Amino acid sequence: MEAVVRQRRHRFNFRGSLNIPFVVFMIFFVIVPLFLILFYAFTDAEGHFSLRNWADIFSSAEKWKTIGTTFLVAFATTAICLLIAYPIAYILSNKKFNKNKVLVYVFLLPMWVNFVVRTMALKDMLNVAFVTMFKTQLTASYPLLGTIIGMVYDYLPFAILPLYNQMLKMDKNQIEAAADLGANPVRVFYKVIIPMTVPGIISAATMTFMPTMSSYVIAYHMSNAKIPIIGTLIEFYFNTGTGGYNSGAVLSLVMLIIIGFSLVAEKLSDKKDDSRKAGIW
Amino acid sequence: MDKENIIISLQGVSKVFDGTTVVDNFNLDITKGEFVTFLGPSGCGKTTTLRMIAGFELPTSGVILLNGQDISLLPPYKRPINTVFQRYALFAHLNIYNNIAFGLKLKKIPYEVTDKNGNVVTKFRHYTKQEIKEKVERALKVVDLEGFEKRDISTLSGGQQQRIAIARAIVNEPEILLLDEPLGALDLKMRKEMQLELKAMHKKLGITFIYVTHDQEEALTMSDTIVVMNDGEIQQVGKPKEIYDEPNNAFVADFIGESNIYTGTMAKDNKVRFLNKYWDADPVDFGKFPVNEKVDVVVRPEDFILGKEGSGVVDGVVSSKIFKGMHYEYIINVGKSEVIVQSTAELDEGIKVSLKVEPVNIQIMKKPFVSNFYDGYITKDYKVEFANAEFDVDILPLFPGAKINENEVLVDENGNEIDVVDMEINVEVPFEAITISDDPDASDIHGNIISLIYLGDHYEIMVRTEEEEDFILNSPDLWNENDTVSVIIDKSQIHLSRKGVKK
Repeated sequence: MEAVVRQRRHRFNFRGSLNIPFVVFMIFFVIVPLFLILFYAFTDAEGHFSLRNWADIFSSAEKWKTIGTTFLVAFATTAICLLIAYPIAYILSNKKFNKNKVLVYVFLLPMWVNFVVRTMALKDMLNVAFVTMFKTQLTASYPLLGTIIGMVYDYLPFAILPLYNQMLKMDKNQIEAAADLGANPVRVFYKVIIPMTVPGIISAATMTFMPTMSSYVIAYHMSNAKIPIIGTLIEFYFNTGTGGYNSGAVLSLVMLIIIGFSLVAEKLSDKKDDSRKAGIW
Repeated sequence: MDKENIIISLQGVSKVFDGTTVVDNFNLDITKGEFVTFLGPSGCGKTTTLRMIAGFELPTSGVILLNGQDISLLPPYKRPINTVFQRYALFAHLNIYNNIAFGLKLKKIPYEVTDKNGNVVTKFRHYTKQEIKEKVERALKVVDLEGFEKRDISTLSGGQQQRIAIARAIVNEPEILLLDEPLGALDLKMRKEMQLELKAMHKKLGITFIYVTHDQEEALTMSDTIVVMNDGEIQQVGKPKEIYDEPNNAFVADFIGESNIYTGTMAKDNKVRFLNKYWDADPVDFGKFPVNEKVDVVVRPEDFILGKEGSGVVDGVVSSKIFKGMHYEYIINVGKSEVIVQSTAELDEGIKVSLKVEPVNIQIMKKPFVSNFYDGYITKDYKVEFANAEFDVDILPLFPGAKINENEVLVDENGNEIDVVDMEINVEVPFEAITISDDPDASDIHGNIISLIYLGDHYEIMVRTEEEEDFILNSPDLWNENDTVSVIIDKSQIHLSRKGVKK
């Protein structure tokens, strides 16, 4: 008996070993980069400990403005994406309109095209349209609007997909039950359909909010480089010489923290919804 | 039936989904306070009928009258009817109180006020919080779940969820309560309990209940009136006892309770022949059927009287014996046929017994189908097409004196061509001409078995193709419902006749 036990203890644990590639990956591509960011954020160009990077960034009104713009763009994009994606997902989830799920692919197809190509094409098309209609380029005259349009266009599929998946799982009986109990279609919508799709709304919001916070290509092209957002700044710092890494790392950390907070906030609201009332947030 | 008391009346209601008729010309009046059950196998249209009453489906044709007013096209939220769903359909995001109060919070109740000119005006208001609270409490009391207001739906068992679903419906004091297989998801013991509770609730509330189930025992236990449905059509409407004792046709007899069903022949002197013997027929059936007409004969297992060999109408051998608690169930072989008999007497397997039946217990019913009839037409190479398949049947007998000449053209006695291409004809295929096979290459006609009824020594099987053509046949083998089979037709037994030509 004892021999068996001992043998067991010393045996090579094959299942456990399957974790090794994952752990190695996490160490090299998540943990080490994180520590590098931390290191750069709290050191100066010579590698000595310093808080100057932080002071520099947070004492600059311009940087604050950039962070504010980033928030504005991210919130606006998320809200607009949700407003557009919700009815689309609702129609797509209805088997009457979307028999073979072909329509879903039509909406997701843009994701197959290269991101930069897609953005550039959108920019040129909108500019041509604006020149013919308003005699001015969209990206030159309304850079903020251009940025938001670009973000919405690029991230809309990420909002549609989770909502669509959630709506496929919707309990149609509950919708019928609400109508049966005297709720007209409008009431059915906000008393039953919206509460049922809250998890989808939350993940759609996360899926659009997070990438808009960190993207910079879209803002750069769609505003003719006029609207700096955090991503643009980070890119700028990391591409300039001495000391750029340190300031860039600080901004990266700030962004990480913001995204982290938004995730926690969404988790919390999710939990609240499970157990309590019907509100969306 | 008292016209005044009719709460809901379905008149000629039909529902067609994608070309398939699910409910066909449904006519029924339901009296106020009645407990009506729609009973039938799955796919018989009972749930669709219920959904049309609730307003979830609109009838393709026909009208639904509620208290004499046409509500056929009214959306569900405007109907004073509430539904208890099969899968409860409780709102997962609301607690029990809010689930039950859902309908009350939406409801507007009329009240009368006298305005400053002294006129009485009807205004509408919502229930107050206190009123809602009282009503919810009362509803919870009815379903025996007092004090559960604050609980979450997910913390309830299936039976409790079903009670909440019932409370949520009855709290609105609907004129009609619809129940769509509400006990289907519960275990047997719970189901039995709930059956009795529902019946008690119906008595107490005085609301009209329309109940849908495929469980014949449930229907017999609870209902005032049972509506037996099959294939979108009403088979029989009646009190539970009427339906059990006097089934209209073999389907009802087979579906409700256990039965022995045989194909019989009417004979002279009010006798009916089945199991190769002449039996005295029920006096109520005297004169109903011409002599030699083929009929379905139904005898309940408990109605056979066992006796000593030679003392009854027919003798048989006990081939199996099962103890069922209250009685024994025997299978007795009479010739090639089997007879199921229930008796309290204990008999050994292998012994010979005789059987007889009181005449009143022999149910004689008209056979719904005696042969298969189709609309066919003649193709350009003088073949016959029907049921979406082509058959090389000789069409010459249809045209006396005609023949096919050397150019392969059909000509009359004077040699003139007769244009018969695309001519519509009647095709009759007797049961005996059809066999079925599970080999998909055996024929071009494929269909699913939609019903099979055991007739003592063989099964009467109905096969339906995708194009909704039915084939009825006899088979000695037991097949399964929904099996896909090939239908093989012996073309020599196909009988053709011309439309509009009386013989």
